[in-house]
Amino acid sequence: NKIYKRDTRVLQDELNRKILDSLLDFTRKCSSARQHSDWASQMRANEIPTAALVLGVNVPDHDITFQSLSELLHQSVTPHVASVEAKECGGTQLKVLERLMDTVVDDDEEEETEHTSTQLHKSVNCSLSALCDWYITKTKVGGQSTTEHERQQQPPVVIIFKDLEAFNPRVLRDFILICSRYIERLPLMFIFGIATSPSTIQRMLPHSVSSLLCIELFQSLSCTQHLATVIDQLILTPQFPFKLNAKVMQVLLSIFLYHDFSVRNFIKGLQLALLEHFHSQPLSVLCCKKKEALLNVMQLSHRDLERIRQLPSFKRYVEKQESQEQVNLITDDSHLKETCRKMIKGLHKYHKNYYPILKCLHTLTSALPRYPLGKQIRELHLTCLEKNVWENEDYQSAMKLLKMLAKDDLIALLQRCGEILKPVKSKKMKSTAFQLEELLTKFKQLDSNEEDSITSPIKNLQKKTDLFQLQKTLLEMNETRRSKKLSPFEILRNEALEFIDSLVKSHLSPPESQTLHEVCYYSSSATVRRHLNATPRTSIQAALSSPYYYLQNENLKTEDGTVSNAAPDICIAYKLHLECGRLINLYDWLEAYATVVSAADGNDPDSDGYGKVDEVKHARFIRSVSELEFLGFIKSTKQKTDHVARLTWGGC
Amino acid sequence: MTALLQHPGYDEEKLRRVAEQLPCREVQAGLLLSLMGEPQQYSYPSIFIYGHRASGKSHVLHVLLKELELHHATVSCVECVSVALLFEQVLLSFFGCDAASLLPRSPSLSDFVRIYRQQPVTMETSSHQTVVLNPVVEDNVTVILLSEIVWDKFRPNTGCFEPLLLHFPDYSKGELQQILSQDRHPSYSAEFYSSYINILLGVFYSVCRDLRELRHLAALNFSKFCEPLEEGKVKETDTHKLWRNIEPHLKKAMQTVYLREVSSLQWEQMQLMEEKEAGALRGLSAHTHVELPFYSKFLLIAAYLASYNPARTDKRFFLKHHGKIRKTNFLKKNEKTSNHLLGPKPFPLDRLLAIFYSVVDSRVAPTASIFSQISSLVTLQLLTQVSHDDQLDAPKYKCAVSLDFICAISRTVNFDIVKYLYDFL
Repeated sequence: NKIYKRDTRVLQDELNRKILDSLLDFTRKCSSARQHSDWASQMRANEIPTAALVLGVNVPDHDITFQSLSELLHQSVTPHVASVEAKECGGTQLKVLERLMDTVVDDDEEEETEHTSTQLHKSVNCSLSALCDWYITKTKVGGQSTTEHERQQQPPVVIIFKDLEAFNPRVLRDFILICSRYIERLPLMFIFGIATSPSTIQRMLPHSVSSLLCIELFQSLSCTQHLATVIDQLILTPQFPFKLNAKVMQVLLSIFLYHDFSVRNFIKGLQLALLEHFHSQPLSVLCCKKKEALLNVMQLSHRDLERIRQLPSFKRYVEKQESQEQVNLITDDSHLKETCRKMIKGLHKYHKNYYPILKCLHTLTSALPRYPLGKQIRELHLTCLEKNVWENEDYQSAMKLLKMLAKDDLIALLQRCGEILKPVKSKKMKSTAFQLEELLTKFKQLDSNEEDSITSPIKNLQKKTDLFQLQKTLLEMNETRRSKKLSPFEILRNEALEFIDSLVKSHLSPPESQTLHEVCYYSSSATVRRHLNATPRTSIQAALSSPYYYLQNENLKTEDGTVSNAAPDICIAYKLHLECGRLINLYDWLEAYATVVSAADGNDPDSDGYGKVDEVKHARFIRSVSELEFLGFIKSTKQKTDHVARLTWGGC
Repeated sequence: MTALLQHPGYDEEKLRRVAEQLPCREVQAGLLLSLMGEPQQYSYPSIFIYGHRASGKSHVLHVLLKELELHHATVSCVECVSVALLFEQVLLSFFGCDAASLLPRSPSLSDFVRIYRQQPVTMETSSHQTVVLNPVVEDNVTVILLSEIVWDKFRPNTGCFEPLLLHFPDYSKGELQQILSQDRHPSYSAEFYSSYINILLGVFYSVCRDLRELRHLAALNFSKFCEPLEEGKVKETDTHKLWRNIEPHLKKAMQTVYLREVSSLQWEQMQLMEEKEAGALRGLSAHTHVELPFYSKFLLIAAYLASYNPARTDKRFFLKHHGKIRKTNFLKKNEKTSNHLLGPKPFPLDRLLAIFYSVVDSRVAPTASIFSQISSLVTLQLLTQVSHDDQLDAPKYKCAVSLDFICAISRTVNFDIVKYLYDFL
């Protein structure tokens, strides 16, 4: 599944291309503007061209963007690109400079080692003047051979500030002030990566500094749009045989929406699910392209076939068959293989039809008021995955709304559906596309007929001027309307909607209804949640209250709610402290602890030493108490002597 | 212009060139020259020049030193973060690389003086902004300090040799006009440009007297001013028509460009677009909308509540069966003023989380990503950490967003924040 990973990468690049292209244009323009010596640009000469790139709050995604940005810049505009992060440049602008020198100069040394920059790089003091000198010598060397290529002669030095918000404003201010002093000799350019809103620039920099910059704004795609395209390309396509079931999808989406907005993390979650699926499900050998899958079916061993027989979806399938067929399926391996091949084919066909129809339904419903089936296609997809959509209440209301659509809207929507269906290669979709075409032509034919039918009653009205007659005709017209004499358009509309309804019913059934869906669908949402959404506190509590969960020692196995005597000291102390109130008397706690531990040592309950606190027990107790304090369950208090305060509440 | 600088020590021709380059600053230049004396004379050891931004301090000095061919080094103190850098730059500009490379790794003042003495003849030092370089070098050196701030702010406790103070006053309107008229467009006559400047000053002089800013504005709007001229509608002399044409335009410019909300490039593009989509171009501050994840929004709301409500009122807002607390009884004396006037108060992490859990409708597991969202809010500068970074337990935060912002955020999640704010009870 390397293809999968490569594709995500390609996709990311694709998404960023638009904004990156505009940025590249900007840099080119800036660097060329420097060469033009017309009056206006001379007047502007001491402004540093700056691109403010608004990227949204999904900070983890930015790395990829900046990486491809600097690569692109490197390739097409200038060899001098440095990107700095706030983390690396903590205190002073010196650090910024150091970092800058490092990257800019380093990049170059790799290319031509004989250059003098080595000496400069080694020098203790990094300053912009040194950088400037280096730049001048550098461009001179390049410029001697080709004087006509004036632009290559002075490539701009691009500095990327990856996370503007995190920078210390003072540092940034000073840095920009310094840079502006050198702008005449050194063609600098800034790119600010902004996560929140562009007004942060004004908040961070005083006017005297921001007037030195010539800022242009670039807005990147919002992360929800970004996600929509990712889902469209990776999940809503029959190309990838690997699928997520509703719950897993839900987990991934909720992490995205509720927690981080990070598309990169979403893709990582997807990859994790992929790995888990291939790792835990032996039948996932069949989860590949159709041809390979069919081949793999023939190579299944007896054990694998047994596994297939165990699958719940397969059992359901068997139950529906005739008794003879049932026996055949359960006993005869080669017969089973044949059936499997059929089922795999069926599954692939299902996927091929599912997605186009899903998209059609989405185009139809997403235009409706109040979005009964969701604004985004992912919401519709989720409902389809969960159960039969057509049983859903929202679906019914959506259909009702569709039945009230005006003609032009309906035709436009149906045309869009037709466009979705056309490129699909399966036979069924071709026929549906054809049927849709027919419907559309019928709609168009209506145009001429309809005009007559609408105008006719009004004509009648004008003829009869008598009041009584008028009343009568009006009543009649009401009657006719009530008696559901539908206009041809309405009939056709109902026909069209029934057609769509039938399509939905035949193709949008949830994957659970398909036999062998376990092969392609990953369903363990708990695993994904546990891996992606860490809960440090609950795991600490789980470890303390039931140590068996992590230690897997048979001695520790107990009925729920109790702790074995043999548990680690801290677990016993924790358990005992749960029984106390807000303030815990240390001595009582120690006594209780000693009793429990003595039982564990196997002492005779009647003997003298039972429950006595000896030095070892005392020490062990103190240690576990301080460990609990370290974990934040208790803290020392001055309210009462020999007491500690409990920091959590609840318990037994 | 004719009040020529006169000084016995220098060439007449040079002095005339200097005077040409320094309009409206003849007096100051003359004063400086007389302070420095003739080339072979000893000069006053230190001079402190102050005045507002863009009042020609560096320019005057630069032109003087350059045209009269005096040895000098110009150092910006913002740039020299360490003494070593300062020394290196001074030596570099006086004697070239060789001397500068003699400096040891972490040089002291005496190192500097030692190397300085080894070198041959020297003349003047001029330093930008603020440094107190003790004139220990027993040579003919003048340290000239330039600053926007008065000398009193810099005077060291231990006392030092008082420099001569020299003030550069702001330019008057006439002077501004004279200076701005100098950088005229090559393809138009000088009178035409100066009439343009006259109009420009008429609009902007009341709000802005910064020479640099005015120059920027003049450059930006000139092409618009020339437009009717190029179309052949108006002659150069017809100032009244030109004025009518440019005036509404300048008024618009006053709103956006002066704040540099719209970059000069974009401004030019907009002028080309012929105001068809005048509304399409929005300034930087127009984009204030920030998209946040669902729980981040609630965390921010909780932080805002924690920052602006007194901690004692939490019980009233977030418990189901709170007793009725009347505001008047409840107030302490100092709390009578609005909390919003006092600004955000720091709050501990526990309180933030407690409010967060009661504000969010659904049950939220205390996962690691909730905590990481808090820290990412800090990096986005929507929250600020009040306690030191090293303090790991019980960190304290402040909410750094405005009421409008938080209202917009809470509207997106259907949360009526005003109901929970103590100030608006």
